Amino acid sequence: MADVLIGVSALVLLTVAIGLWSVLRGPTRADRMMAVQLFGTGGIAALLLVGTATGVDAIVDVALILALLSAFASVTFVKAKQ
Amino acid sequence: MSVVDVLSVVSILWGTFFFVAGTVGLLRFPDTYTRLHALTKADNLGLGLVVIGLLPQVGHVLVALKLIVVWLLVLLASSDVSQLIARAVGRQEGGR
Amino acid sequence: MIFWVSVGIGMLLLALALWTIVVKDTFAAVAAFIPYGLLLTLAWLILAAVDVALTEAAIGAGLTGALLINAASRLERAESSAKPRAPGIAMRVAAAMASLAVTVLIALCVLRLPDEAPMLAPEVGMHIGSLGVGNPITAVLLSFRALDTLLEAIVLLIGLIGVWSLASDSCWGGRPGQMQVVSSNDILVYLARVLPPVGVVVGIYILWVGADHPGGKFQGATVIAAMWLLTIMSGLRDAPMVSQRWLRAMLVAGPSMFIAAGVLGTLMADAFLAFPTGSEKLWIIVIEVALLPSLAVTLVLLLLGPPQRKDVQT
Repeated sequence: MADVLIGVSALVLLTVAIGLWSVLRGPTRADRMMAVQLFGTGGIAALLLVGTATGVDAIVDVALILALLSAFASVTFVKAKQ
Repeated sequence: MSVVDVLSVVSILWGTFFFVAGTVGLLRFPDTYTRLHALTKADNLGLGLVVIGLLPQVGHVLVALKLIVVWLLVLLASSDVSQLIARAVGRQEGGR
Repeated sequence: MIFWVSVGIGMLLLALALWTIVVKDTFAAVAAFIPYGLLLTLAWLILAAVDVALTEAAIGAGLTGALLINAASRLERAESSAKPRAPGIAMRVAAAMASLAVTVLIALCVLRLPDEAPMLAPEVGMHIGSLGVGNPITAVLLSFRALDTLLEAIVLLIGLIGVWSLASDSCWGGRPGQMQVVSSNDILVYLARVLPPVGVVVGIYILWVGADHPGGKFQGATVIAAMWLLTIMSGLRDAPMVSQRWLRAMLVAGPSMFIAAGVLGTLMADAFLAFPTGSEKLWIIVIEVALLPSLAVTLVLLLLGPPQRKDVQT
């Protein structure tokens, strides 16, 4: 079970890493912001999967902080865009 | 593997499918607005199904509650930020 | 499996870092910097350093990203008007040689590390029982090497004074940033009303859980700072005037308490920042709780920047 979870987390990371291509390509700033947002959510999902697989509950705390701070960073991006 | 484990894996795999769908949408859809639409599917359904699948697997009830709180925070933040991005893009294109 | 994940993360980190340096658009570079911070968080987790991963997620991915994007916006006006001359061949070769020399030096140092890395971890393990905290990081940061933490807090304050010194003479002591005008129905205001209460609770939770699990005052202060910044960015509350007394008192309160604890330690336990036996955990808690608001306010003010407008006293 734990191996399955870690495998799935690797899969999620691979997927959003491919989405990072949108950061490179653009073409607009909004596309880059969206790719960063997707990566953040994928990162949170991967963290939750790994945390449950290994049983280290502190990793869920990392995901919690990441959720709050990525919301803050995204808002800063949007405000700076104007 | 018990029935609960199988259900967990099924839910998590569906969640991963939505992540893949969101990424493909982000890369292939023609317009910023449609890409935004694809993105929110990954945020809401992708993470939501993953969290639902993980709920029976965690050791402690409080950790399960924390998982749900993480999902709710991401829902709130991503929906707000998507609105903000859409408005900023709309303003840039001259209020379409 | 873990090996391949590590290799993938490592290569992606390198690619992102290269791209961040090479790309011409500053916004795109900062947009790539945030996934870089997230990948670093994952790397720390693979190395089983959860405390560092917490700090990287809070500071590296969140706060530094916001800091960089603010800097990028400020530079945008200057960037477009200045046309930099491309450096000549001689300068480029010199830069390449210097970078190569530094890389070779670092590589040599890393490759020549002894196989049995000298570590103090066993000593920490021996003495941590007397402290009453379960998290060895907290024990090292707030007891065995408390002097480092004190000096870090003071360095942050000095950095803040440096940022303030960038203000023009007429604005000294004024409010940082531009005035945000936002309508009361705006979606950002909604977020700024709903998220901060949750964020403050999470910040205090992270501070409290740092005694026995990964966490601590620094990560908690970052979360609280981000929440306050969200309120300011949405226009719900204006940035505070930096000349206000309560603000400056809060900035100084944390390090002062820390120094006071150190002096008390000299009187009660024979060394600066030594804790009297039997009440170490209490002292650690007092110091952490005192530092949390100071750190949060310092981080907020560091991100807001130098004062830019002087209010007319009404």
